[in-house]
Amino acid sequence: MKRGSMRKVTLEINGKKIEKEVQDNTLLSTLLREHLNLTGTHIGCDTSQCGACVVHVNGNSLKSCTALATDIDGSKITTIEGLATNGKMHPMQEAFKKLHGLQCGFCTPGMVMSAVDLLQKNKKPSDTEIRDWLEGNICRCTGYQNIVAAVKEAATKM
Amino acid sequence: MASLVGSRVERKEDKRFLTGKGRYTSDINLANQTYAIFVRSPHARAQIKKLDISKAQKSSGVVSILTGSEIAEDKIGGLIAGWAIRSEDGTEMKCPANPPLAKDIVNFVGDPLAVVIAESLEEAKSAAEKVSVDYKVLKAVTSTADAMNGDTIHEGIDKNLCFDWLLGDRQKVKEAFDKADKVISIDIINNRLIPNAMEPRACLADYNSASEEITLYTTSQNPHLSRLIMSAFGNVSPEHKLRVVAPDVGGGFGSKINVYNEDIVCSWAAKKINRAIKWVAERSESFLTDIHGRDHVTHAELAVTNDGKFLGFKNETIANLGAYARVFGTVTPTYLFGPCATGVYEIPAAYSNVKAVFTNTAPVDAYRGAGRPEATYTIERLVEKASMELGIDKTELRMKNFPTAFPFKQTLVHTVDSGDYIAGMEKAKQMADYNGYEARRKDSESRGKLRGIGVSSYFEACGIAPSAAVMSLGCGVGLWESAEVRFNPTGQVTVYTGSHSHGQSHQTTFAQIAADELGVPIENIDIVHGDTDKGTFGMGTYGSRSLTVGGIAIVNACKKIVEKGKRVTAKMLEASPEDVEFKDGEFIVAKSNKKKTIGEIAFACYLPGVRDEMKSPLPEGEEPGLKETAFFDPSNFSFPAGTHIAEVEIDPETGEVKLEKYTACDDFGRIINPMIVEGQVHGGLAQGIGQALYENAEYDETGQLMTGSYMDYTMPRADNFPEFNIGYTCTHATTNPLGVKGCGEAGAIAAPPTVMNAVIDALGGQEITMPATAEKVWKACKNLKKSNSKAA
Repeated sequence: MKRGSMRKVTLEINGKKIEKEVQDNTLLSTLLREHLNLTGTHIGCDTSQCGACVVHVNGNSLKSCTALATDIDGSKITTIEGLATNGKMHPMQEAFKKLHGLQCGFCTPGMVMSAVDLLQKNKKPSDTEIRDWLEGNICRCTGYQNIVAAVKEAATKM
Repeated sequence: MASLVGSRVERKEDKRFLTGKGRYTSDINLANQTYAIFVRSPHARAQIKKLDISKAQKSSGVVSILTGSEIAEDKIGGLIAGWAIRSEDGTEMKCPANPPLAKDIVNFVGDPLAVVIAESLEEAKSAAEKVSVDYKVLKAVTSTADAMNGDTIHEGIDKNLCFDWLLGDRQKVKEAFDKADKVISIDIINNRLIPNAMEPRACLADYNSASEEITLYTTSQNPHLSRLIMSAFGNVSPEHKLRVVAPDVGGGFGSKINVYNEDIVCSWAAKKINRAIKWVAERSESFLTDIHGRDHVTHAELAVTNDGKFLGFKNETIANLGAYARVFGTVTPTYLFGPCATGVYEIPAAYSNVKAVFTNTAPVDAYRGAGRPEATYTIERLVEKASMELGIDKTELRMKNFPTAFPFKQTLVHTVDSGDYIAGMEKAKQMADYNGYEARRKDSESRGKLRGIGVSSYFEACGIAPSAAVMSLGCGVGLWESAEVRFNPTGQVTVYTGSHSHGQSHQTTFAQIAADELGVPIENIDIVHGDTDKGTFGMGTYGSRSLTVGGIAIVNACKKIVEKGKRVTAKMLEASPEDVEFKDGEFIVAKSNKKKTIGEIAFACYLPGVRDEMKSPLPEGEEPGLKETAFFDPSNFSFPAGTHIAEVEIDPETGEVKLEKYTACDDFGRIINPMIVEGQVHGGLAQGIGQALYENAEYDETGQLMTGSYMDYTMPRADNFPEFNIGYTCTHATTNPLGVKGCGEAGAIAAPPTVMNAVIDALGGQEITMPATAEKVWKACKNLKKSNSKAA
């Protein structure tokens, strides 16, 4: 049984043009994980609370479980797999590694994508501003302290 | 060569997690796989009168629908309790059968009774909606405190009582209380929590009809243990025909120790339909069916003298097991709880009595700390109350009752090998500027705020082992750990550990240890775990045991490698093995310049012989190859300890509690990687503070989970915490060669009483229950105003 009708979407994902036939109820997170095998984007809840699925859509962070693939037709998308350039990790990725901003790694892709967007919008955020911004990303391992430190470290490198 | 043990080595596992290359169970897909959806009970307690799958079977894409009847016909075993606990009267505990799919009766909301397997996830969901079940709804039992007065849930288990356990001597305690100047008593609730690892549980079962092997990818903290349980008790497959792989696992905290219904059902069904089956929990399923933690109702008393010496301790607890007793369900509220309830104090007489009850709620099992947070909360709330009632400073009262000599024979079970509790307290006070508190309190007061300070001191028994001890206490398996150290001919090393990392950083910490032991660069060492095909056996990771048990197995296997290397070097260099020394990766013949690197020796072990330039004869009787295995079973638990201090500020107008300062001073023995230990402390604190201020799992009287999503269950967020101030004292453990103690659970153990003691201090000693939500605190603030105005 097919619940929706099929539509073609054209997206630029991590610098590569993609054309896909999707159902009109397909979430962006599903498209990334199930259709394109970009499994770095994670699904941690079913209520758009956890933030593990954050990606960038046209440069802005977005929980990819909140968007229908058909609604963002024509967009440019960056996922965690597309953040490094020429094999060199992004300063945010480097900072998370240097300051132990991750443990099990499950919330990490969303956390990093969200933090990168913060620094795009606020080059030198305070601790409070970082903590407020990351309120939509849940981490169960780190107690957030080293994540905050990593974001501050990245701010000095970006 | 500089030692790596003690250094802040960056993690080897990070790059894959940071670049989206982690491989979690839900990331794995197999050709021609099917998708499973479980039909779950919407009722907390009901009889299944009729289960009709006929309409669902006709739904598009359905491959198979299996129910409790088929599971029973195939004699697939149920889920088990891993520890047998005896009641005070000597009788064995009473546990119900827990079939992987319910056939006649369901006992909690989420209890599965059928599985729908289809070509796509959407088709499986759609068909599952068409499974029709006729239930006769029965009255549910949900309250921990009243469970013994409720309807009998499981036939033959009177009063819903699994056991009524006693540790300690009631008569001695009575005598101690008779001598007391004062008795401090307290009634507390240790609130129910949901572990909430960020990766929801998942499994993917595959069957190869030619080799008759099942491969199960699953979110487990202990793949070998899961295989053993599924084989020996689940009857799913002989052990050698079942491979369990726990790849990258996104957090566990105890919730992924258990073999779950879905693991057994998908493995069994994959063989039945001869196709791979994938199941991934939605978060709402995780809330309903992952094991929950804590859920105790306790009355405790402390007998004291007027000058503050502790004489006796009583602990009467009712512990909720949920609907069924699972792997660590029965040991968590007994041996992991009772002995630690006397805390870090010399108390001449004590007992812990625990009544474990069944209710129509999700099974309760080990969650980070498991029993020790409940123990520490009990004694530390009581001691704080004693300090208020006796008018003795809270730190002085504690220090007055600390042991001063080690080994410290704790009242109920443990002999603590090492520690210095006074040094820990003094350092914590200094770090927290304890003496400057009054000025900060006055400052808060001047702004119309209430400020409170709370202290707690803890010890815990972790590094869960030793087999002889745990088996005598009822454990169904030994709790040693294994390691294999394998050299390649070209000198790189693969270390297999039977423990499992789901965030703990084994790939780095264990590589640091092996690098130091073998003198091999850390980049040439790979740590492998999480696959029953890759190592002999392992007991897994829980109870802060990875390093203290698993890490020592690696040390011992490395030592065997070095011993063999000495023998081979002696033969090659025509010396006696006793004259060969090993240092920094080199075997050196004493009083000579003759030496071989460990890489050369590895090569020689794989190419034993003499020809032309190659001269690598092995000693007579020596086997070729360079691989050693060690199984380590320690002589005792490990006993980390420490003192934590918190300060909170309360806005009496809103009841909002702001955690202003948090200081943790812990003794974890020798620290292998300070960066990783800090991370473990931070994470533990976040969960402990979460319990005190935010988190609570709540069922209504019909057994519906009221906190079944992240919109209802308060997960701590980044903006809930201050920057933690953490530090250490160090006494080396004497029971293992590295001197290490566990660090993973300390924060979750110490934080709840520390924070609640601060909140209750701010509220003038008024008891409130966890979590200290704004509503409860606001009401307490109103009471405070009333009593203040009466006093005026």
